[in-house]
Amino acid sequence: MGALELKNITKSFGATDVIKGVDLTVKDGEFCVFVGPSGCGKSTLLRIIAGLEDASAGDILLDGKRVNELAPAKRELAMVFQSYALYPHLTVRDNMGLALKQAGVSKAETRAATDRAAEMLSLGPLMERRPAELSGGQRQRVAIGRAIVRRPKLFLFDEPLSNLDAALRVATRIEIARLHRELSATMIYVTHDQVEAMTLADRIVVLRGGVVEQVGAPMELYNDPANTFVAGFIGSPQMNFLKSGALGQRGETTGIRPEHLEISRESGSFEGRVSHVEKLGGETLVYVRSEIHGLLTVRLFGEHSYSVDEAVWLSPDMGRAFHFDSAGLRLR
Amino acid sequence: MSARMSKGRTIAAHAVLLTYTLIALFPVFVIVINSFKSRKAIFADPLALPMPGTFDAVGYATVMKQGDFFLYFQNSLIVTCASLFCVLLFGAMAAFALSEYRFRGNTLMGLYLALGIMIPIRLGTVAILEMMVASGLVNTLTALILVYSAQGLPLAIFILSEFMKTVSDDLKNAGRIDGLSEYRIFFSLVLPLVRPAMATVAVFTMIPIWNDLWFPLILAPAESTKTVTLGAQVFIGQFVTNWNAVLAALSLAIVPVLVLYLIFSRQLIRGITAGAVK
Repeated sequence: MGALELKNITKSFGATDVIKGVDLTVKDGEFCVFVGPSGCGKSTLLRIIAGLEDASAGDILLDGKRVNELAPAKRELAMVFQSYALYPHLTVRDNMGLALKQAGVSKAETRAATDRAAEMLSLGPLMERRPAELSGGQRQRVAIGRAIVRRPKLFLFDEPLSNLDAALRVATRIEIARLHRELSATMIYVTHDQVEAMTLADRIVVLRGGVVEQVGAPMELYNDPANTFVAGFIGSPQMNFLKSGALGQRGETTGIRPEHLEISRESGSFEGRVSHVEKLGGETLVYVRSEIHGLLTVRLFGEHSYSVDEAVWLSPDMGRAFHFDSAGLRLR
Repeated sequence: MSARMSKGRTIAAHAVLLTYTLIALFPVFVIVINSFKSRKAIFADPLALPMPGTFDAVGYATVMKQGDFFLYFQNSLIVTCASLFCVLLFGAMAAFALSEYRFRGNTLMGLYLALGIMIPIRLGTVAILEMMVASGLVNTLTALILVYSAQGLPLAIFILSEFMKTVSDDLKNAGRIDGLSEYRIFFSLVLPLVRPAMATVAVFTMIPIWNDLWFPLILAPAESTKTVTLGAQVFIGQFVTNWNAVLAALSLAIVPVLVLYLIFSRQLIRGITAGAVK
């Protein structure tokens, strides 16, 4: 239960095409993350799966059944929204139980289901409060609880962590990963944050401009990007793109991850000037401006001191370089 | 503006507000004090307060004796409350449809409905009267309720649709996923969130209806359907005007509208400050 298939989904608002033909299969129990810059259509795609928007063309299949015309409530899915979207007039318990009540489930069963979800998320003491009396993190847990209570075939998350502060974001991220293990449910998660995508996903779908750029496990995308967009999007700090011609390499651009760029004061393959240094304790990021290649990032482990405007030499580790043609496609 | 104002500015601001309040309340005040004075005293010194020598409740006595006056009150209340109900219900529903659903001609429909704000309904009096005669609604309260609902709807739709656009889409979508019908979403999720706007619309709709003389005079002048404002006119004659009774009737007419205003005003203040203090 819970396999999703999208067949050539397109969506246009008036003359603008937002989704331009997406084919995708999400296996039962898989944690699939849609990632991409804002405006890439990832949220629209999620809303089409939920049934909140109609696809202009194409088929949505849930467990092999076409659900295009099915109302959202009948699709047996649950959604967690960025803004939590709790019902302000209901208590936490009623918020979580509303969907079951609407589906005609008995009161005792609803209570048991809400209690079970509350226990999973340690919401017990908050059950009789209203959303206005909760903190942001608590609200998001209630929203997740509301989704769990329904025991849906498919969980949809629409940027659920972007309204939380950094510490809470990490904690909730771990909690979502734990829930996925415990519930072994199919989950689709939309984010623009590649760290969330890397840490949570079984499989990442990278979207740009309404088109799927690449699908794969996090490490597949990291180690084997199909084009410059995926290469630049996955991994933080961003991959450096150097001019192949100047390095005597094939293709148009050569991609080097910041940790594979060596910095030295004495010698190297090309020269640059330090433009900024970020010390993070465990690692140091040195930004170097090179005449030929532009601004490059070097990632060093441990503490290092470089001063701004200092002349340095850089040498890329060519064994770990990626080569791309003029259209940005990977040369293998 | 800084949170702490200098003393001088505070005093100046209060002086301006007090002056405005006095000017606004002065006519009401004069009507109320004179309604408690004898006819002679009204004309001798209109601004004097009712004293033991000049106190006279003859106006109220006359109004009460004129047994129909309770009927007039009742008519006014029925017309105002029923129109208010129609305006709020249908206005909110139309506003929800305009702000929530994408359909062909949405913008055009919104503009068409807003047109009523710019064109006074009284321009159509003759046509309205002809319509009411044709449908046999002359001299019924229904005629007034229909006209006032039409009169109130454009502004209601305009204000409410702006407010409804601010209600979070996620909330409505969460309701849809949980299996709430569009009606439940409208009544139990959206309406409570735009309550301050509803109160604002209620006050702006209610007062002109309660005070209107024009349509009751034209559409429902019969004894059994007279409203308070029209009823008070019986005391104004071509040659003799019973000022005591007119002033008493007007004073009494203030009371119900004041009560309704007080009910809505707490919500209204929240409505006005909604954007400012979130």
